[in-house]
Amino acid sequence: MPSSQVPDGTEVVVEVTPSWPRRRSPLTRGRALQGALPYLLILPVLVVIGAVLGYPLYKLVTLSFQRYGLFELIQRQGEWIGLDNFSSVLHDGVFWHTLERTIVFTIVNVGLTMVLGTLIALLLVRVSTWVRVLLTSGLVLVWSMPVVVAVQIWFWMSNFQNGILNHVLTQLHVGDFFQHDWYATTFSKLAMVTLLIVWGAIPFVTITVYAGLAQVPRELVDAAEIDGAGPLRVFRDVTFPILKPIFLILTSLSIIWDFGVFAQPYLLISPSNVDASNYLMGVYVYIEGYAQTNFGRGAAISLLMVVMVAAMSVFYVRRMVRMKDVQ
Amino acid sequence: MTTATETTSAAATAAAQNGRRAALVRRERRRRISRAAWNLVGLAVFAVMVFPVFWMASTALKPDSEINSFTPTWFSTSPTLDHFRDAINRPYFWDAVKNSLIIVGVTVVLSIVLAFLAAVALAKYRFTGRSLFVVAMIGILMLPQVGLVIPLYVVLAKYHLTSDDPKRALTAVIITYMTFLLPFAVWTLRGFLLGIPKELEEAAMVDGSSRLGAFVRILLPLVAPGLVATSVFVVITAWNEYIFANVLLTNQSNHTLTVWLSYFTGSSRNTDWGGLMAASTLTAIPVVIFFLLVQRRIAFGLTAGAVKG
Repeated sequence: MPSSQVPDGTEVVVEVTPSWPRRRSPLTRGRALQGALPYLLILPVLVVIGAVLGYPLYKLVTLSFQRYGLFELIQRQGEWIGLDNFSSVLHDGVFWHTLERTIVFTIVNVGLTMVLGTLIALLLVRVSTWVRVLLTSGLVLVWSMPVVVAVQIWFWMSNFQNGILNHVLTQLHVGDFFQHDWYATTFSKLAMVTLLIVWGAIPFVTITVYAGLAQVPRELVDAAEIDGAGPLRVFRDVTFPILKPIFLILTSLSIIWDFGVFAQPYLLISPSNVDASNYLMGVYVYIEGYAQTNFGRGAAISLLMVVMVAAMSVFYVRRMVRMKDVQ
Repeated sequence: MTTATETTSAAATAAAQNGRRAALVRRERRRRISRAAWNLVGLAVFAVMVFPVFWMASTALKPDSEINSFTPTWFSTSPTLDHFRDAINRPYFWDAVKNSLIIVGVTVVLSIVLAFLAAVALAKYRFTGRSLFVVAMIGILMLPQVGLVIPLYVVLAKYHLTSDDPKRALTAVIITYMTFLLPFAVWTLRGFLLGIPKELEEAAMVDGSSRLGAFVRILLPLVAPGLVATSVFVVITAWNEYIFANVLLTNQSNHTLTVWLSYFTGSSRNTDWGGLMAASTLTAIPVVIFFLLVQRRIAFGLTAGAVKG
């Protein structure tokens, strides 16, 4: 084959039906290059991702079967211990409690985010234009807050000495919150983290759902209303079915993000106060693996977590790929 | 007889018309009232959502006496820039600014160039392995980043990239950011490229341009807005990132702004709230500006085409 001299082009050449009757000349160098071009174009991205992600992912698997602490890190050689890390993790009550807490936390956070985000989107349809512009700009402002900044604001607002949250709640006669410590119990700590996450996540959901609402035909809603359907009926029978794909994608994205959340709980509960009583999966992996330099065991926890999230992502990825085929 | 019925029917129509007009007026009034009620709800939601951001800026501008008072003031009566002065004079602030700028700058340039090449391949060519590549890109976006902290740290430590040497440490952070931003950039740019009609490019080629010429003269200007939007998103994400920067930048002088900010208070009870809020404001301002610039374009990237599909 003359074209076999062309580097990287050979496999493509074979595919291009070699016995095409009308072809006068064999494949030219230029043609083979054309075939190789897309591969050359994606090559740099593949190299970077392969080196910085592919290799660590492989390493994640091997590490989880090794004893690998600070000593091994310096030696750069772990000791193979089979499934010991996994059995240690799976027999640890902390793992199961953390998993359970994280699942409940994720359900509450995703539920609140989706419900409040959707309600605000529906509200956006009903208000005057100037309120809509104002509210949308406000949401974008919230959306743009860096997570670490948001944590510091929350920290300040819920400060037990002179936090504005205590002051406002006391003023509103919700109860006496003078010097109330919001970080006293696990429930209260995680509730503050939930507030922070839901606040930060609402803008994305609201703006996406609002964009979707614009695609619901006005006549359908009008027709339903003339037939006597109340707002709840209209939402259930008209709006929701049309927006279902958007809701599914937003929900699965939120589940994936909230399940693996790290910075908000770690920083808001504060690094010196996170412990087994208030771990979420992300924090648990970080503390037990990285911070305690028990890399082997940490890798086992990480691997379990990655597999769980990957299972949850299957839906989203399939959906996105299907859309790509349509386009 | 007939006239009588006509008059009655005429009267009936008039009455009916009046009644209908009254109903219309009533409905119009009811609509206006409900619109006003919804507007009030909208304003309340706006107030609640924006309050934390307002409180940050407001606190940053207050003198300490107002901040530490038990009865908070909403707007300061004597605003001051002292806290901003304190914040930028804190140790390592300017180091952090410099590090953040270097990391963000290098990451955005490299990511956009590499991602653009791959996006062209995805948008303009059909090739074996294309679907697999797309699945890999989207799959990476879904990985829990904290789950990769350990293997990344171990691998980068192996190549001495987790040292205190700023060049090595920053390199480690940059290549890590690129890995997680490339899939996003490829995916978004591909969307922008698909929006360009193939005919335009073909027309240029018929007119005698080479493929490269067509690319530079036709494709590039058309995709420029997409490049800008994607770059801005990369800038924002890299600027805000915390987990990997915190793990990989062990030396204080190598910290980025977000890591610097996370160490602002430590765990002491006597926090300098004014300084903390001023520092938070300074960290947030570049992002807010950038975000307002491209919000419209980026908002739908992750769900693009969901309704159509």
